[in-house]
Amino acid sequence: MRDSVGTVRSVLLLGGRSEIGLAIVERLVREGAREVVLAARGGVPSPPDALTEPGAAVHSVDFDASLPDTHTGTVAEAVALVGDLDVVVDAFGVLGEQAAYEADPAAAARAAAVNYTGHVSADLAVAARLREQGHGTLVVLSSVAGVRVRRFNFVYGSAKAGLDGFAQGLADSLHGSGARVLVVRPGYVPTRMSAHVAPAPFPATPGQVADAVSAGLRSGATTVWAPRVLQPLFTGMRLMPRFLWRRLGR
Amino acid sequence: MIQPPPGRRTLLHGWGRTAPTAAHVVRPRTPGQVAEALSRAGERGALPRGLGRAYGDAAQDSGGLVLDCTGLTGPVRLDTGRGEVTAPAGTSMDALITHLLGRGFFVPVTPGTSRVTLGGAIAADVHGKNHHTDSSLGAHLRALTLVTPDGRTRRLGPGPDGGDPDLFWATVGGMGLTGVVTEATLAVFPVGTAYMRVDTDRTGSLERTLELMACSGHRYSVAWLDLFARGGALGRGVVTRARHAEPGDLPAPLRRDPLRHRGTSVPVPPLTPPVGVVNRWTVGAFNALRHGRAPRRRRGQVQPVGGYFHPLDALDGWNRLYGRPGAVQYQFVVPFGAEDTLAGIAEDLSEARAPSFLAVLKRMGRPTPGPLSFPRPGWSLAVDLPADLPGLGAVLHRFDERVLDAGGRLYLAKDSRARAETVHAMYPELPAWRRVRSMADPDGVLVSDMARRLRLL
Repeated sequence: MRDSVGTVRSVLLLGGRSEIGLAIVERLVREGAREVVLAARGGVPSPPDALTEPGAAVHSVDFDASLPDTHTGTVAEAVALVGDLDVVVDAFGVLGEQAAYEADPAAAARAAAVNYTGHVSADLAVAARLREQGHGTLVVLSSVAGVRVRRFNFVYGSAKAGLDGFAQGLADSLHGSGARVLVVRPGYVPTRMSAHVAPAPFPATPGQVADAVSAGLRSGATTVWAPRVLQPLFTGMRLMPRFLWRRLGR
Repeated sequence: MIQPPPGRRTLLHGWGRTAPTAAHVVRPRTPGQVAEALSRAGERGALPRGLGRAYGDAAQDSGGLVLDCTGLTGPVRLDTGRGEVTAPAGTSMDALITHLLGRGFFVPVTPGTSRVTLGGAIAADVHGKNHHTDSSLGAHLRALTLVTPDGRTRRLGPGPDGGDPDLFWATVGGMGLTGVVTEATLAVFPVGTAYMRVDTDRTGSLERTLELMACSGHRYSVAWLDLFARGGALGRGVVTRARHAEPGDLPAPLRRDPLRHRGTSVPVPPLTPPVGVVNRWTVGAFNALRHGRAPRRRRGQVQPVGGYFHPLDALDGWNRLYGRPGAVQYQFVVPFGAEDTLAGIAEDLSEARAPSFLAVLKRMGRPTPGPLSFPRPGWSLAVDLPADLPGLGAVLHRFDERVLDAGGRLYLAKDSRARAETVHAMYPELPAWRRVRSMADPDGVLVSDMARRLRLL
């Protein structure tokens, strides 16, 4: 459980190979977390040194975002390994290429399923556990791409928009239960997943996203942006007339 | 499908207002209802809770069943011949003191707040300003009634004829994890008035403060320290030493009704500011003012017991002054001879400009046999700090190491952030306590957030 100075003991990472997710977990481990569960397809056989070296016990479970029937079981498995889940980081997802999606609608639907409905089942399973244990924070990696969907990546963006709305609703439904949801809206983060897309303005490193999450966990925030400037920026973008928005470059 | 535990689901936190967790809360009014509630605890167990003055997570059981024991009240029975009082465990220290003073008696030990229940006071084995002369509450406890999760009600005493003295002592300081105390019998002593005769000394350094505390012939003594002062003034403070006043000590107007006990309390509005008002500027100004206004030396000042023992009770809900982030209290004891550790920690707090307006130094004496009871002979320092102070976690972990190296320990009733390994090393009798506890609660029904965090069970 989170202690009075914000240190947590256990962390579950859904999307155990996500660079942003691992950066967040690494930050929590450096701050004192001692039990980590990495959930990814096929598990994560060799735990990253960045987690084991500061002294965390790293476990791994099999997790397939596209198999919603298994998600409750995955959460139960993590609980069996480390007990109460103090923080759950939901960081899985696929970015893909808009052009490829448009050429292969079925592939687009599969990606949208991972990026949206996969989170619905996984996060509801997590929420049920957090409600039962009476404490804990679910960190949901949303994206500015979902704040206002752009024509250049609307398959990905629309799924993130769905996820963002879902996470906010879930946060409200958990109010008073002792469990919380922290919605994270990073901008462009250069990682393996985004290597094929052109850089966007105001990039953030995975470490900066981790900083924002760590601060948000301590302050009890419901939403954090990384970098912070994206909040006023996107507030403005939401008001931009459609004919301009449509013409906006990447 | 497992039946959810009874009761309303409520967010609970400690006095520091940090780390709230949700639990089902029931309010039993009789020992029978306590036993019934315990029998209906679910997978996440059950825990008694008093008035919620423990700073951290000691009286929380996330997802479990919390027994709000403030409903366990009823007649208080004073046996003036034997000098004993028997009261239900939900009786507050405030109510007990009021009852006793009206009849010319006083409690053997009272903590710095009177807003605790008798049951909670036993579970924390509380100490007062007289620890160096009178030890902690457990030393004056003649008997207690304990309802254990198996539904049994046991009357326990401290000695070999006390039924199960091991369980008695495991309960004293046992943080509510051995059972629910429903009633207790306490030795009390006669007093002539509801007032104290207080000697006050303003000190210019920590050395001088310790000197005054050490040579005290007084029954009660305590020092408030200004840990915000720097350099030579570091640890300057105000030492107040006292004894119970006799009617002859009182000014004439008070002599007419010397046992009259008045409680005064000013409520703080039930609003929590988003940012605390306890910060470097307010604490710096407050401490300078408090030190500066204290008399250099005053003898025999007459003060009501409430004003001397429980000054902060006058400001109801003062913990909200720390704002939404809440407060952490750090209280440790180090043995006599480890004054360097005490001074070192005081120095580091001053260096870090940590704003504490409640730094309280006490001299501790004889311990009780409770394996988890905090007090040990030596110096105890308690410091309140805003929970959102940058880097606080790391600073306190370093203090933990120094306290441990000096042979000292932390007070569980105040703790909200220590590591399990540290606390295990500080309480070497923990394994013995666990053995006694597991006999009274073989199914492990009783559990708290603190017990989970510190792996006490």
